[in-house]
Amino acid sequence: MKKKNRFLQNKTFVVFSVLALCIILAAIFAPVITGGVDPLKGSLMDALLPPCKEHIFGTDKMGRDIFTRVIYGARASLTATFGVVALIFLIGSVMGIISGYFGGIVDAVIMRVADMMLAFPGLVLALAVAGIMGASIKNAIIAIVVVSWTKYARLARSLVLKIRDRDYVAAAIVTGSKTPYMLLRYMLPNALPTLIITAATDVGSMMLELASMSFLGFGAKPPAPEWGYMLNEGRACMQTAPWLMIFPGLAIFIVVVVFNMLGDSVRDILDPKNE
Amino acid sequence: MQFRLLEVNLMSEKREVILEANHITKKFPASRGRTLIANDDVSLKMYKGQTLGLVGESGCGKSTFMKFLVSLDKPSAGEILYRGTDITKLKGEELRQSRQHIQMVFQDPTLSFNPKMTVRDIVCEPLLNFKKIKRSEKDPVCKRLLEMVELPGDYADRYPHNMSGGQRQRVAIARALALEPEIVVLDEATSALDVSVQKTVIELIIKLQKEKNITFGFICHDIALVQSVAHQIAVMYLGNLVEILPGRDLSEKAMHPYTRALMGAVFDINMDFSKPIESIDSEAPSPLDLPKGCPFRGRCAQCMEICKREKPKMTELEEGHSVACHLYRR
Amino acid sequence: MLELKDVMISYKNVPTVEHFSMRMKQGQIISLVGESGSGKTTVIRAILGLLPGGGKVTGGEITFEGEDILAYNAEKWRKLRGSDISMIFQDSGAMMNPTKKIGTVFTEYIRTHEKISKKEAWAKGITMLERMRLPAADNVMNSYPFQLSGGMRQRVGIAMGMTYQPKLLLADEPTSALDVTIQAQIVRQMMQLREDYNTSIIVVTHNLGVAAYMSDYIIVMKHGRIEDQGTREYILKESQNAYTRKLLDAVPSLGGESYV
Repeated sequence: MKKKNRFLQNKTFVVFSVLALCIILAAIFAPVITGGVDPLKGSLMDALLPPCKEHIFGTDKMGRDIFTRVIYGARASLTATFGVVALIFLIGSVMGIISGYFGGIVDAVIMRVADMMLAFPGLVLALAVAGIMGASIKNAIIAIVVVSWTKYARLARSLVLKIRDRDYVAAAIVTGSKTPYMLLRYMLPNALPTLIITAATDVGSMMLELASMSFLGFGAKPPAPEWGYMLNEGRACMQTAPWLMIFPGLAIFIVVVVFNMLGDSVRDILDPKNE
Repeated sequence: MQFRLLEVNLMSEKREVILEANHITKKFPASRGRTLIANDDVSLKMYKGQTLGLVGESGCGKSTFMKFLVSLDKPSAGEILYRGTDITKLKGEELRQSRQHIQMVFQDPTLSFNPKMTVRDIVCEPLLNFKKIKRSEKDPVCKRLLEMVELPGDYADRYPHNMSGGQRQRVAIARALALEPEIVVLDEATSALDVSVQKTVIELIIKLQKEKNITFGFICHDIALVQSVAHQIAVMYLGNLVEILPGRDLSEKAMHPYTRALMGAVFDINMDFSKPIESIDSEAPSPLDLPKGCPFRGRCAQCMEICKREKPKMTELEEGHSVACHLYRR
Repeated sequence: MLELKDVMISYKNVPTVEHFSMRMKQGQIISLVGESGSGKTTVIRAILGLLPGGGKVTGGEITFEGEDILAYNAEKWRKLRGSDISMIFQDSGAMMNPTKKIGTVFTEYIRTHEKISKKEAWAKGITMLERMRLPAADNVMNSYPFQLSGGMRQRVGIAMGMTYQPKLLLADEPTSALDVTIQAQIVRQMMQLREDYNTSIIVVTHNLGVAAYMSDYIIVMKHGRIEDQGTREYILKESQNAYTRKLLDAVPSLGGESYV
């Protein structure tokens, strides 16, 4: 109960979680907000219209309403981003906790694999994946996850190592605790707050990574409305029709800032030092 | 008939061996190809209902040895037979099941408990681990255990960090006894307590031993304290066992120069203050690269030529008293 | 030489020590004994003006060689510490910068008290270590704290504390972290200081045996107040004070009461 109050008392958290909620709701209720306009259809006759009453963000090369595409783009960005963060959080934490707790060969193997992953620049890997399996959001997610889980693994491992040699852990083992019990009830609760903070603050950066992938052509495929891809599309007409880039760009900016601030406030609240 | 029974009772001063550690050795690799020998060929016996005191200074290997007793680590060589089973060779579920019989109380009461667990959770955890009680039974069980260590029942909902050192150690004892083990290892269990609190905790331990016939392994650096609670005392130095003797014989019959040095260095309130305290002027060598021969060579006032060449083996002087010293070879 | 009159000390406005009075002559060794929370460490730190944050002497007087040292400013305190009153801690090693060699720390210490060159300070350091009968003084000066054993570090701490032959040496649990055989060495060394330099020593310890061996006079503290005091003989044999007897009774003695 005390924790809930801490969350609600922090003004930054309240403000930004409301904003985040708005963004998520906008994504969910996209059809309602955009009045049923199809983001994928457009008439070439309406191509490259500047912002006006009918198309408040203008239209793109194919005559599609940019406002609609930006709002629908939230769906793609948010689901992909949360997907990435959830995956790296889960995979990384599990690997890290196992590595830290068991030590020895298990630890050595997992950490060497993690090191290998770190050595790959994410972009190069994305290229490889795109080349082998074709460009799509799914493949962009795979590429990012493969490279980024290591951060969580290292973090979880160091948090486990901090308490693994403490007397109370030894006491629990001597009194007959089983290994799964030790992992779930002793190791995980100790590591969880820090891991959650990291995940919260990662949402913003993962979103940018995904957008970058799409911008470079390794992610979303046309005609999907996806902000990074839309930026890419708009590059060619940057001088003549800047609104093609401005609005998707602004969307990325706003969403990333909102989630970064949210993550920061979560960190401030959960920081064990503040307890 | 009654007469006969009395005879038999008197004769079972013949104690029952319930644990035998044979030739325990532990080596750790150290930097630059050297080896740290934490335990060198240590052999000890523990008897039912009796306390074995393990005494030595830092680096003597008593903590390392103690870890083997509760299976927190495995020796490099040797065996530990608990009622005939070598616990050092057990694995997995078999190992876990064997833990019920040998439990431990740790030194630092501030670090021995999960900060998120209440006293009730702490003392009931062992029983839940082995499914000996159901969750619904936690309350009465906890009450019984707290009573056993002379703590009020309403402490069940408290957190150890809100309790005094002595109270925390009592909780630690309750936890250790929850599974009704035959052997409990007390690793410097009273060293962090004030002297008056130490006394009350020791009295509790003795009381419990008499009631439940528990075997204690009492690891301690305070030889005077060990003498007051142990039936047998084992003295260790730099990983080696140098002497074992009955507790009550310590003052009169201790033979090994190191044991005598330890006793001489104790500041006793009943000592003769006009006599200067005995101290060995040198320091213990590094446990890495120990030279050949007796580990105490170089610091021993009675060191002989043979002491530098050959490490003395444990020789039995009389029943229950063995020494590893060239001065006393048969 | 040193007198404390009715000293009151508080931490963050919570009274920790009350009505502490003591008189000390040159060459005496006095022990402050007590259990945790008795206030013994607080008293000794107050004498040197080293109370940690939030601690203040709120009443009474502390006079050293006739001067009221509570009224001292920072400059006078600096002059007093090290030259007239010195302190050794439970873990001298922890008081030293772990990233610096003993020699560096020692010469810095010397040069805060005297304006001499580094070379001269180094030589002085070596002389001091040798006087404290530390073997291989050169080696010690060139080592880092972690390379020395606990006993060695304490002896270095004593050497540093004695460099200017202070009139008063304060020792805060000087042997509690040491092995039994090393403890004996250190105690002997400290008592030799009185022999050689007529240094007065106040020892804070929870070990009644050490206190009894070392001191002429023992002060027993409990909950921030003096519970009992007297000569060694009085405290050990004659005092009827219930707390004193309880403490003495609780100390295990070789050849004493056995439970088994």
